[in-house]
Amino acid sequence: MSSAQSTTAPPHESPIESSNKSNFESWGRYPEYSAELKPLHWQGDFPAVLEGVHTGALAVGLGRSYGDVCLLKGGTLLPTTSMNRLLGFDATTGVLTAEAGISLAQILDFAVPRGFFLPVTPGTKYVTLGGAIANDIHGKNHEVAGSFGCHVPTFELVRSDGSRRLCSATENSDLYAATIGGMGLTGVITWAQLRLKPIVSRLIDYNGIQFHGIDEFLDLKREYQHAEYNVSWIDCVSTGKNFARGIFMAGDHSKVPAPLTPSSKPKLVFPFDLPGFALNKLSVAAFNTLFFHKQMKRHVQTPEDYEPYFYPLDAVLHWNRMYGKRGLVQFQYAIPWEHAKEGTVAILREIAKSGLASFLAVLKAFGDIPSLGMMSFPQPGIMFALDFPIKPGITFPLMQRLGDMTLEFGGRLYPAKDACMTAAQFQAFYPQWQQFARYKDPAFSSSFWERVTNDGGDR
Amino acid sequence: MSATEEARTPKRILVLGATSGIAQACIRLWAARGDSLFLIARNADRLNAVAADANVRGAAHVDSAAADLDDTAAHPALLAHAVNSLARLDIAFIAFGVLGDSGDHSFASAEAVLHTNLIAAVSAITWLGDYFAQRHAGTLAVLSSVAGDRGRKSNYIYGASKAGLSVFVDGLRNRIDREGVRVMTIKPGPVRTAMTESMKGSEKFADVEKVAATLVKEIDKGTDVVYVPGLWRIIMAVVRAIPESIFKKMNL
Repeated sequence: MSSAQSTTAPPHESPIESSNKSNFESWGRYPEYSAELKPLHWQGDFPAVLEGVHTGALAVGLGRSYGDVCLLKGGTLLPTTSMNRLLGFDATTGVLTAEAGISLAQILDFAVPRGFFLPVTPGTKYVTLGGAIANDIHGKNHEVAGSFGCHVPTFELVRSDGSRRLCSATENSDLYAATIGGMGLTGVITWAQLRLKPIVSRLIDYNGIQFHGIDEFLDLKREYQHAEYNVSWIDCVSTGKNFARGIFMAGDHSKVPAPLTPSSKPKLVFPFDLPGFALNKLSVAAFNTLFFHKQMKRHVQTPEDYEPYFYPLDAVLHWNRMYGKRGLVQFQYAIPWEHAKEGTVAILREIAKSGLASFLAVLKAFGDIPSLGMMSFPQPGIMFALDFPIKPGITFPLMQRLGDMTLEFGGRLYPAKDACMTAAQFQAFYPQWQQFARYKDPAFSSSFWERVTNDGGDR
Repeated sequence: MSATEEARTPKRILVLGATSGIAQACIRLWAARGDSLFLIARNADRLNAVAADANVRGAAHVDSAAADLDDTAAHPALLAHAVNSLARLDIAFIAFGVLGDSGDHSFASAEAVLHTNLIAAVSAITWLGDYFAQRHAGTLAVLSSVAGDRGRKSNYIYGASKAGLSVFVDGLRNRIDREGVRVMTIKPGPVRTAMTESMKGSEKFADVEKVAATLVKEIDKGTDVVYVPGLWRIIMAVVRAIPESIFKKMNL
């Protein structure tokens, strides 16, 4: 870590540093850029915090995006996580008002004992409210609930010119649409309202069913179309008769009232970086076979706590260290129904052929509820996501091929998970990007944005 | 709700310096268990956010007043108003203070730090000590610092203000403990908050939520002198034991 030194005194004289330069890491730990950190503690801190700052800026949360959407090389990052106060809660409507740096975990700690749950949740609860809006995240209930922004009726956006804009579907509606899924580029979200939904139990009525191939997956999806949540784990290593085998995991909030006790804090922390060779085709194949047969029967039906159902990996903090120092990249697409099946099969074959080991491959359907964001990722069809370890000379060419295939099948990739898409790919996935650029705050940027719009010029 | 929570009666708590990092974390815990709060801090917007948070988390009652506590002449009226608002006071938590610029060794800088951390604190503590002593009840919890345990080259002005504060609070305890008042000297080690985030090595500082959980427990007990995290009692015993002839050559 490099530290800028105080200009008034030698560093050993003074524990106070004039600045706080640091490598803010994204979850994939690739790419790595250093930036100035200027945390926001209060809603009034921005834009005063930018006085004397001559670089671009970007508000960041918990750094759970995978690539460079939460990074700004040589810029000023504004961590928001201590801006995490609850500002209001209406127990009759379930509308929570909170500062944008609050994490979904903190919201759950407050809401669950009161009989409420997140309207949409990603696979980790360690993301901020502001980040969830900025990436318009989606969950396992996309078909019935849409994306996160659909449940955010109002928020405040502060621009670098100091103007504070109340944004909703009726007020500053253009900035509202640009900010939902706007990758943090439109300014700082200081607070937001979130419509929570009532629950009577922590339990999820879980159905886990093994399948082989995309046809069986689609059959199960039809069979369980009334389940609120569905997601599938899919094996991307096996070929032959085990090609595209997986487990379909449907869930509904239990209707049987049960104690709404708070969650305990995770105790496991992945303690160190695994060496690069630890993740290879054999170890991943073994993991996948174990996972597939973890459920011995073809069909398992059981109540399960929401923590392991929604956040299986949150139990191990820093699980990304498993991928070693080089980090990981994620490939996540949404391909419309028209080409969803052929596209998914073709891409799965390409991945299996590459021999690039990967677990944690996830398959699910996006429904028809339109996202409110101008740049939102979800579109009706199949969504697929998997992580790749970074292997020099192999991973990046594969990512290029997979990105091009996604484009051929009419799909798009997810900026929040991306470290690889080219400017040409991005501009084809999101042809509205220039319209969006009009709402970008002139003082804001990200390494992602510079990469895909060629603003940066150094890539 | 657990049995212990059901058994306890809600406390009425006054917090001076309610927007400080440690105070905020304690307020969240007190609010969540249903205590009544009166919050005082200088910046009205920040104070409103902290008060709103306490309200949402379940405080039985939250009232607040924005005030610059450097203005000691205003203390009696301000504190009387707070006590009236809560109808009775069980706990007063004195948590305001400034770190100062440790690179600035001028008298003006020292005077400002000493005024806020020592003079203004002594003013409020004196009023509250009298209030509690008259009632023969209550807990006066004062946030000092391990920095007051020994003069160090890196922050001796802040340290001097906290040394004065610790001795004042210790002495007050020895006078009014027998009247039934718990007077607490709280000495946190370095804690990760907005005040300390720009300090070197702040990522290794104690987690403010853990510190607050300890403090809320200790304040319920009324412990005389609290080091938090507890390890700092030992660290400071060692630091105090180093002869000055050696200490002055060290870079602490």
